[in-house]
Amino acid sequence: MAKRIEANGVTSYYGSFKAIDGVTMTIEPKSVTALIGPSGCGKSTFLRSINRMHEVLPGARIEGQLLIDGQNIYDRDIDVTAVRRLVGMVFQRPNPFPTMSIYENVIAGLRLNGLKKKSVLNDAAEKALRSANLWEEVKDRLGRPGAGLSGGQQQRLCIARAIAVEPQVVLMDEPCSALDPISTLAIEDLITELKNQYTIVIVTHNMQQAARVSDRTGFFSIDKTGDPGRLIEYDDTAKIFTSPSVKRTEDYITGRFG
Amino acid sequence: MTTPPLIVRNANQLHVRRLPAWAPPVLTVLAAVAGYVLVKAADIGGLALSVVIAVLLFLVGVYTAATLIEGRRRAKNRVATTLIWSAFVLALLPLVSVAWTLVSKGWAKFNPYFWQHSMNAIGPRDDAGGAYHAIVGTLEQAGIATIITVPLGVAGAIYIVEYGRGFLANAIRFFVDVMTGIPSIVAGLFILAFWVYFVTKYFNARGEPEKSGFAAALALTILMLPTVVRSSEEMLRLVPTALREGSYALGVAKWKTIMRIVLPTAAPGIVTGVMLAVARACGETAPVLLVAGGNNAINTNPFEGQQSSLSYFVFEQAQVSTKFAPPRAWAAALTLVVLVLILTIAAKLLARRNKLAR
Repeated sequence: MAKRIEANGVTSYYGSFKAIDGVTMTIEPKSVTALIGPSGCGKSTFLRSINRMHEVLPGARIEGQLLIDGQNIYDRDIDVTAVRRLVGMVFQRPNPFPTMSIYENVIAGLRLNGLKKKSVLNDAAEKALRSANLWEEVKDRLGRPGAGLSGGQQQRLCIARAIAVEPQVVLMDEPCSALDPISTLAIEDLITELKNQYTIVIVTHNMQQAARVSDRTGFFSIDKTGDPGRLIEYDDTAKIFTSPSVKRTEDYITGRFG
Repeated sequence: MTTPPLIVRNANQLHVRRLPAWAPPVLTVLAAVAGYVLVKAADIGGLALSVVIAVLLFLVGVYTAATLIEGRRRAKNRVATTLIWSAFVLALLPLVSVAWTLVSKGWAKFNPYFWQHSMNAIGPRDDAGGAYHAIVGTLEQAGIATIITVPLGVAGAIYIVEYGRGFLANAIRFFVDVMTGIPSIVAGLFILAFWVYFVTKYFNARGEPEKSGFAAALALTILMLPTVVRSSEEMLRLVPTALREGSYALGVAKWKTIMRIVLPTAAPGIVTGVMLAVARACGETAPVLLVAGGNNAINTNPFEGQQSSLSYFVFEQAQVSTKFAPPRAWAAALTLVVLVLILTIAAKLLARRNKLAR
């Protein structure tokens, strides 16, 4: 089942620097939520706090609660690898593992987590590649290096890799910013398909993209450089882009600021 | 016109005067002949001096010609190019010379007989004898040292890069740096004092200190460890964070990420670093001299009895004043170089055996 995510006053720090301050929002299951805002406003930081990827960086920590189906993922007894199996992630730049083939990349999550059965792995690889709309392009060269694909294909490979472990939530951190328009379109189509199964949160700088793919949109911003980012407005995408209730959102969307 | 105008408006301003293509080779020949004739006529030196004078003449000639025809900037460029090429050749000379000397002098005894016989019962008037005992010693000592060093060194590098935070990691890095500069004789003395004189007497039946190949391997470990730690550390740092995060995002544990993603990605570089350390260890003479003691007979047991090694064998034979000893020393030196070369090539191939060769 796709999961509901509730952020409850999430505040995050890099060392002594406060990156986001008191973000509270509810993300509905089986929906696409877009996070938009100017650079450095903390939308990526917030995204990374949903699967505890934030704390990978030295000195980073979080305050507040982040509930997935009512469970606070920052509780002491939570296993961080389990969180990340539940909440998958796709990064800004495609990052296929360079020592692995296309096939090995797709099943990396399953295999590194101990699944050995060949038939299960093969099925999982095909299923994931099909859902990522990559199967037809790579089915004859699964043994070739993953890094040899084009940028757009690599990104879809990374999406396949992320959904091969069957997460319930998929986080995407500007997944199209390094891609050309055709690959972007392919990935946007993919996001719309994946919505039927997964809860998707996507950070994007491209407002047309947010408008195209998302159901709800959250606008983050900072008052001035060095201040923590805040969630300014969070509403249905249609409302955010047609009649936002906060002036700053409107300024940002119409290009007057940021 | 030698230089284009600052602001180019017409296509016909694109042309500048250039030195004809035949000028540099002709100048080279002229300079060479002039240099040779000058040195011969004045009778002030040999071939080396005439080459030096020829190079200087060429520099003057090319600078003058280029200044007249092409302008100052291109003239300077030609002089700089010539100087850089000369420096390159100068740097290469000793290397080629060493290789040539080694091969020409070592070739005489560089044969299977030499590799299959020891120096046991070989008198000063015997032309026979070989380096089998020394090859065995080098392989065993360097092999044991590598087996100890690689896991320790790579694990140390993993600690520094992936886990170490703050004071302890910095302290370890600092001391590894300090250790890099330890002279091999000091490492040898340490093992002599600590291992040979202090530890070994509790581990053999006679209760006496005992030199062995293993002691030499320990000394080599001390020498190899810092090199392996530092080179592995550099290689691990080169692995992009994005790959680690990509793996964490799949719910893979940190240690498994390191073992299955980070290490394989860094493997070729780590292997190169290890091979540099092995090559250094193979060439070390002092520790073997101090703690393995040398041996003319074949001793395949590194844990008991004295052992020789190729570098020690070279050292030993170079000191002997019979006409049969120097060819043995040269052949052993050549054998050592070839051995290290083979090991390096093998390691490189092994690291690239991955079907996803880059």
